[in-house]
Amino acid sequence: MSKAITTTIETRPVSFMLNGEVIAVAPDQVDMTLLNWLRQSRHLTGSKEGCAEGDCGACSVIISRKQNDGSISHDAANACILLLPMLDGLVVTTIEYIAGPKGALHPVQEAMVNFHGSQCGFCTPGFVISMVAGWRQGMIWARQEIEDLIAGNLCRCTGYGPIIAAAESLSTAKRPQWEEARLQEEAAWLEAHQITSLKTGEDRVFVAPNDLEDLSKTIAENPHAQIIAGATDIGLWVTKKHQILPAFISVMRVPELQEIIEDEDGFLIGCGVSHETAKVRLADAFPQLEELWRRFGSSQVRATGTVCGNLANGSPIGDLPPALLALGASLTLRHGDAERCVTLDKFYHDYMVNDLKDGEWVKAVYIPKLRADQHLMIHKISRRFDQDISAVMGAFCYQTKDGMVTEARIGFGGMAAVPARALKTEAAMVGHKMGESFDAEMRDCINADFTPIDDVRASASYRLSVASALLARSVDEEPSYLAGKGIEALTLNGAAE
Amino acid sequence: MSNSVHKAMPHESAVLHVTGAARYVDDIRAPQNTAVIVPGLSPVAKGKIKTLKLDDVRAHDGVITVLTAEDIPGHNDVSPVFGDDPMLAEGEVHYAGQIIYAVVAEDVRSARAAMKKAVVEIEAETPVLTIDEAMAGAHFLDKPWTVATGDAERAIKSAAHQIEGVLYVGGQEHFYLEGQAALAIPEENNQVTIHVSSQHPTEIQHKVAEVLGYAFHDVQVEVRRMGGGFGGKESQGNHPACLSALAATVTGRPVKMVYDRDDDMKITGKRHDIKISYRAGFNDDGRLEGVIFDQALRCGMSFDLSKAISERAVLHADNAYHIPNLDVTAYLCRTNTPSNTAFRGFGGPQGMMGIERVIDEIAHHLKRDPLEVRKVNFYPDHDANTHGSTHYGQVVKDSVINDLVAKLEETSSYKRRRSAIEDWNKSSASVKRGIALTPVKFGISFNKTMLNQAGALVHVYTDGTVMLNHGGTEMGQGLFTKVKQITAEVFGIAPELIRTTPTHTGKVPNTSATAASSGTDLNGMAAFNAASTIKARMADHLATLHQCTAEDVIFKDSQVHVKDTVMSFAEASNLCWQGRISLSSTGYYATPEIHWNPEEGKGRPFFYYAYGAAVTEVAVDVKTGEHRLLSVDILHDAGKSINPALDLGQIEGGYIQGVGWLTLEEVVYGNDGRLLSHAPATYKIPAASDRPLAQKIELYPSKGNLSDTIYKSKAVGEPPLMLGMSAFFALSHALSFTGEEYPALNAPATAECLSMTAARQ
Repeated sequence: MSKAITTTIETRPVSFMLNGEVIAVAPDQVDMTLLNWLRQSRHLTGSKEGCAEGDCGACSVIISRKQNDGSISHDAANACILLLPMLDGLVVTTIEYIAGPKGALHPVQEAMVNFHGSQCGFCTPGFVISMVAGWRQGMIWARQEIEDLIAGNLCRCTGYGPIIAAAESLSTAKRPQWEEARLQEEAAWLEAHQITSLKTGEDRVFVAPNDLEDLSKTIAENPHAQIIAGATDIGLWVTKKHQILPAFISVMRVPELQEIIEDEDGFLIGCGVSHETAKVRLADAFPQLEELWRRFGSSQVRATGTVCGNLANGSPIGDLPPALLALGASLTLRHGDAERCVTLDKFYHDYMVNDLKDGEWVKAVYIPKLRADQHLMIHKISRRFDQDISAVMGAFCYQTKDGMVTEARIGFGGMAAVPARALKTEAAMVGHKMGESFDAEMRDCINADFTPIDDVRASASYRLSVASALLARSVDEEPSYLAGKGIEALTLNGAAE
Repeated sequence: MSNSVHKAMPHESAVLHVTGAARYVDDIRAPQNTAVIVPGLSPVAKGKIKTLKLDDVRAHDGVITVLTAEDIPGHNDVSPVFGDDPMLAEGEVHYAGQIIYAVVAEDVRSARAAMKKAVVEIEAETPVLTIDEAMAGAHFLDKPWTVATGDAERAIKSAAHQIEGVLYVGGQEHFYLEGQAALAIPEENNQVTIHVSSQHPTEIQHKVAEVLGYAFHDVQVEVRRMGGGFGGKESQGNHPACLSALAATVTGRPVKMVYDRDDDMKITGKRHDIKISYRAGFNDDGRLEGVIFDQALRCGMSFDLSKAISERAVLHADNAYHIPNLDVTAYLCRTNTPSNTAFRGFGGPQGMMGIERVIDEIAHHLKRDPLEVRKVNFYPDHDANTHGSTHYGQVVKDSVINDLVAKLEETSSYKRRRSAIEDWNKSSASVKRGIALTPVKFGISFNKTMLNQAGALVHVYTDGTVMLNHGGTEMGQGLFTKVKQITAEVFGIAPELIRTTPTHTGKVPNTSATAASSGTDLNGMAAFNAASTIKARMADHLATLHQCTAEDVIFKDSQVHVKDTVMSFAEASNLCWQGRISLSSTGYYATPEIHWNPEEGKGRPFFYYAYGAAVTEVAVDVKTGEHRLLSVDILHDAGKSINPALDLGQIEGGYIQGVGWLTLEEVVYGNDGRLLSHAPATYKIPAASDRPLAQKIELYPSKGNLSDTIYKSKAVGEPPLMLGMSAFFALSHALSFTGEEYPALNAPATAECLSMTAARQ
């Protein structure tokens, strides 16, 4: 397989700011992870490898970048699955650059010491990084906010209580002067740094055009290359499957692909838009999606991974596809200069097989807004509440008139080789009265729609029974108390104080 | 009046932790030509190795050499006791994940690429995988072992009521955040130095020497800290240490072996899963007349520590209950799975789950509150007129369980909440709540009497600073902090004047593993003895200089008071040096009063017991099995705590780890014996949001350990894990509202398991 890439972009080093120092590096291997580079080439060993798949957060670093609106974002990210060339033009802060001059502890670090937030200490740098990212985002340190912030950091020693107590204490802490000065220096560098196209690597290359036409042409001419955005899955192909991918083309340098465009009927989300950006922007229109996103990966994964990446990847247990199937979303696919539109339910053909032709790529997804007579419910069933892949995901969009379902779109994940609509169940739902229970007959519909498998996450029989339970829940008046804010209500209603 | 002990102090490495400066094995600035090892694992659970062609791997760019069993000059064994864990497979494989060969390379990436060229052909045989398969075919490591008191059979028959049943409790992956890691540096004159993430440096020393054919004094082992251990680094560190040492001697280069997460989970043993079959007879009040347990433990392909673990399971089958007629038999099932190993509690948790299940089911049978049944069966407290004897003959004289549970019942408003839950559940169809209070009584001391010994080495320098070393290892539990506090207390100096140095086989020899919760009990006392020896010498000398008695020499506030003279500790040290007084001493401690006869299953294996109890409240959506912990109240006995902050940390962390074991974490093997849950994507330990919404965790107001332990403290490493049982039985309570039949829940009580049990399937 050819490794070369046809492009006019000149090879240059990857350039970014690391702990206040401007770096220019030509990596030996373009798929060198940031974590390995930090630990091996820079001897910055404070960031740890706990899993090499973005699940434990021990490798967390802060990535700061200039947003399209000119503001600067600070997010924790998993260095173990970030490829070095992805950092071009960004600011990277590791645990070694959190304390101030002469060993002055950062308020986050001080709180972690005072509240006994570390035991074995191996996960601690990752927690500190996540909390400093939250600190720089201006968090108010409410319990729910803290749990979301650190959902991507695993600790096996403390049981988390002391860490949460440390985080809560930060609401009254003041930003040190030296941190302010560092942030200003980094902002000035980001301001001055032009987003230019990147090509790096000798044998195998990583290309990131900054122009839409150029990007599309490069992809069309190099169908052997791997298209890459946030690498929250592709990173694992490198670290876990030990794949040697011949070349990478990144979609992350084209400014217009980083945008969300809202019109009267919906939102057009470019393929460079991260989950976190979409979560914030769509929260008012889709509170159900916001809740889903809250349990999607972790803050580290949401900051890096993209909406379109999750859809293009098309895993049968991906979190977004079922929801967007229910909403009737469609994709804009592009090949060279030509664009076409395909509805999401026509996009997935078979296990990891989709509608993309060679050289074609997902440019954007369009999510239609809900009309006043449409109701959306999304339920995720996973072994662990936070940061887990779903065993079953059900998304239900009902159009109703006088409490009667007139049209139903139901998307399921974890029930088939692809994320899929429950077509027979949808048909059977028409005419159903909301708030009225059914169970038995509808179970037959679900069974007719799907033949799930047994795997490490769930058995086929549980998948079927939970799918009907979720369907029942979707028309039930009684909300589930166990997800989202319901759980808080349960405690307050109960006797535990 | 103490200054350094019975005081909350941060972990001695806290500042290093939060700044990323704390060094773990993989962070050591190794020499530039350090090579790495990547292991080649068996994909097959059982079979004969027919072909092993590794020439193309050897020839690959970046590969230095490939090691197989043939390259081992000494013993091909990394087992802790029984000699049954080959370092590299020889002729046959006994589990999927067993190491067959080891690639020594310049870097991990080259090794991984080279391994794709390996030709390994294994003639697969039918493996024995599950407990039921092993029991059916009598595949045992050892003959079944019984400890009994009274006549349980007769007592059950003649009791007013009987129950019987079966409980499965799953295993648990340690998921220490730092994987197994070792760095071997070849030294002059055929010696080797090992840096390793291990709870047991002495065993590493022995195993490395045996693999290489060296004498023990040719191997130096150093452990600064571990990124978590939990028992998973008691014996499992032997493997990477021995492989690195062999590679270092073969290549003459420093060699590092750091398991990546997937390899770590596939290669290493876990907590034993267990099948407990029970029969019990009881009277109308729920008083136990007789109980019979069969405990079948999945041990995996070799012994590892399974014999001692099954002993502790048997010895904890009574938990906190006096059972006049009790008969417990352990079956050590040999299976073609990783060799299960030590994990916080060491069989104790599994043993206790059996009796807690029995109590829970009895309460359901009698339609009573399980807490009432628990209370009628508790061992009497220490201040009662009579005391109960365990099935192994140790009389429980130090119980505080009645008082502790009474206090917790009160402060947690248990009764009011239980009745509120009953009301609430009537009006809620899909969500049911539940509550349970469960106790813990945990025996402290290694079951094996000989292991209950420890040493320390203390130097006082002439500037008044102190070097402290002992045989215990730091895995996050705070041992170094506590022993430093103890040493500071002896000398009356600030803890900052003491530097604890890495655990090293060259400083304190012949140590036991840091395990069995005994780290502070043993090493704290050894350090106390070492420091006391030096202090007595100093006092004698200063008394002579000032013509007074040693009793007139007072060490406090980093100063030494000799009659009217006050000098700094530094001045006192310097004076003693000038007077040619030795300012260095070893200290030694062996736990008194304990004895154990494993053949008869009788004796006094434990110096004392640790006690605790927890109340957990849960909510379950019985249709889907989704569940959340609403609140927990814990009261735990740490004696007179040396460091209440660290002890509370152990209690909270242990509780959550126990909750994870029983409600969330699931070790899943495929039908071919391959581990399917081999990464955090598929094996879920608790995350921050899994902890209860409300928590109240307190230390029992103890007057101090009734046994003579260091500053009257109690061990606190393992016992709190079993507080997690309260979450499991709260779930059982919630499910009792979904049908008349007893909800015979198995662990882990995952969403799937809960929804099935709710439907009584």
